[in-house]
Amino acid sequence: MSEDIILSTSGLTKEFAGFTAVNGVDLKVRRGSIHALIGPNGAGKTTCFNLLTKFLPLTRGQIVYNGRDISREKPAEIARLGLVRSFQISAVFPQLSVKTNVRVALQRKRGDSFDFWRSEKVLSPLDAEALRLVDAVGLSAFADLPAGELSYGRKRALEIATTLALEPEMLLLDEPMAGMGREDIERIEALIRKVSKDRTILMVEHNLSVVASLCDRITVLARGQVLAEGDYAAVSKDPRVIEAYIGSGVGHGH
Amino acid sequence: MADIASTDAPAAALAIGEVDDSTARLHRNLMIGIAIALVIAPFVAYPVFVMKVLCFALFALAFNLLLGYGGLLSFGHAAYFGMASYVSAYTAKHWGLTPELAILAGTGIAALLGLAFGALAIRRQGIYFAMITLALAQMAFFFSLQTPRFTGGEDGIQAVPRGKLLGLFSLADDRALYWLVAAVFMGGLLLIYRVIHSPFGQVCKAIRDNEPRAISLGYRASQYKLAVFVLSAGIAGLAGATKAIVFQLASLTDVHWSMSGEVVLMTLVGGLGTVFGPIVGAIVIVSMQNFLATLGAWVTVVQGVVFVICVLLFREGIVGMIAKWIKKPL
Ligand SMILES: Nc1ncnc2c1ncn2[C@@H]1O[C@H](COP(=O)(O)OP(=O)(O)OP(=O)(O)O)[C@@H](O)[C@H]1O
Ligand SMILES: [Mg+2]
Repeated sequence: MSEDIILSTSGLTKEFAGFTAVNGVDLKVRRGSIHALIGPNGAGKTTCFNLLTKFLPLTRGQIVYNGRDISREKPAEIARLGLVRSFQISAVFPQLSVKTNVRVALQRKRGDSFDFWRSEKVLSPLDAEALRLVDAVGLSAFADLPAGELSYGRKRALEIATTLALEPEMLLLDEPMAGMGREDIERIEALIRKVSKDRTILMVEHNLSVVASLCDRITVLARGQVLAEGDYAAVSKDPRVIEAYIGSGVGHGH
Repeated sequence: MADIASTDAPAAALAIGEVDDSTARLHRNLMIGIAIALVIAPFVAYPVFVMKVLCFALFALAFNLLLGYGGLLSFGHAAYFGMASYVSAYTAKHWGLTPELAILAGTGIAALLGLAFGALAIRRQGIYFAMITLALAQMAFFFSLQTPRFTGGEDGIQAVPRGKLLGLFSLADDRALYWLVAAVFMGGLLLIYRVIHSPFGQVCKAIRDNEPRAISLGYRASQYKLAVFVLSAGIAGLAGATKAIVFQLASLTDVHWSMSGEVVLMTLVGGLGTVFGPIVGAIVIVSMQNFLATLGAWVTVVQGVVFVICVLLFREGIVGMIAKWIKKPL
């Protein structure tokens, strides 16, 4: 049985002024899977995301998405190909309302919005869908609040709603549950499980119990290199992984 | 930790630039109020003074469109205002264009200049963007200084004929000209209001708030930034071109960097990122310049003091403060 790979990298490398943050990473993400990227602080997970979405130029290596070399694409084009990311530092549009945050993403369906002569009333048909997504992440009560006034955890939730609004084929989520309480983690976990039905998800997550229950496959990164790969049972027993986590002195998750 | 689902009542919302029904009604009433004020103004104040206020208000509105809604700080908006002023004055005087065509020509050139300068400036962010706009505007200034055959050098282009609107109606009388200027202003204001509240404006506000996030949603941010830059430059040009016809003069003052500074001042005093703030700011600053004209160079000092007080006491500007008060975007 040949694997259906949606995203693969070979020799992915990023150097910052002599310091190698990501070092020859070969990654293969199976279509339809939930794939976790874990590792101690500073392992290069976020940098990997920045490379995959072209927010940073590669130093070396290649990225293939859906059979297409995207190593030289621009970040907006990556999103248009259906590969959409969230950010580790919560990224919302602070002065826009929660509902409008989501609607801005839904607006992408219209294509480009250069029509400055039209009233924004033409966007009203998107409101119902925006509210549905806001509701799905438990933010209905805050729909009209400027997103900047949300608490950290709620901003994360909003960011997920905004990302989902694009109905991306593949999502890259950078610590989607950081800063959330337990109830919210369960809600977002269920949501991710639900939306994963017909898409692929690559997520960075420090909460290992979430990783264990949610993810099909795990890649462990340390010092910019792939340390181990496999399902949770295999990876969590790997002595190199245990050492990397203890060695870094970080006890993430539970 | 944060619990997303808890339903504690959200604090009073003031999502800037977002319009619910009651806000839309308020804005419409304000627009009607402004239109009525425009009709009354020439009978209670000197028409030339009101026209000056209107030209600068339109200039400030254009600047605010770029900074308040596009998040782009231009330190060189005098280039578009001033170049349009020259083109309008030159074509009216030497080519004998009717005033509306001269104004149109000035506006068009300003928009083209905005396209060229904007394309260069948007390659950089933040303060570097501002510095590039300033440097390019300085180039426009030196161009004006070095081409007296076009700009009249130190003398400027004087005695610009006001001409006949559409070749039919003489604008020599201040009142007659006033109606044209009022119409240009009102048209510009309504256009900007529409731009801010259009699908395009929505994306611009998103880019202003968080550019990487907007890009990650698939928006080609630089194209939107360039588009809003061109719109802003064009409307600034409309203001400058109209001003040249009103005062029958285009001069180096219009392209000077201090003109770029003045429009920043008006916008901040009135309220950055508010629809109506720049109008109030222009009224305040132009009135101040007029009433304090006897102070000579001291006007600048007083202006500076007012600015500092404004920024210290109400950072949101006059209209921004009122908006906060009534909890509605203005
Ligand atoms: N723009 C940059 N310039 C220089 N060094 C950088 C840059 N971005 C990241 N780094 C460095 O690269 C390394 C990897 O950082 P990265 O943010 O990718 O780690 P991470 O695995 O996401 O960590 P965390 O779990 O803390 O989010 C770190 O040592 C970081 O300091
Ligand atoms: Mg990270």
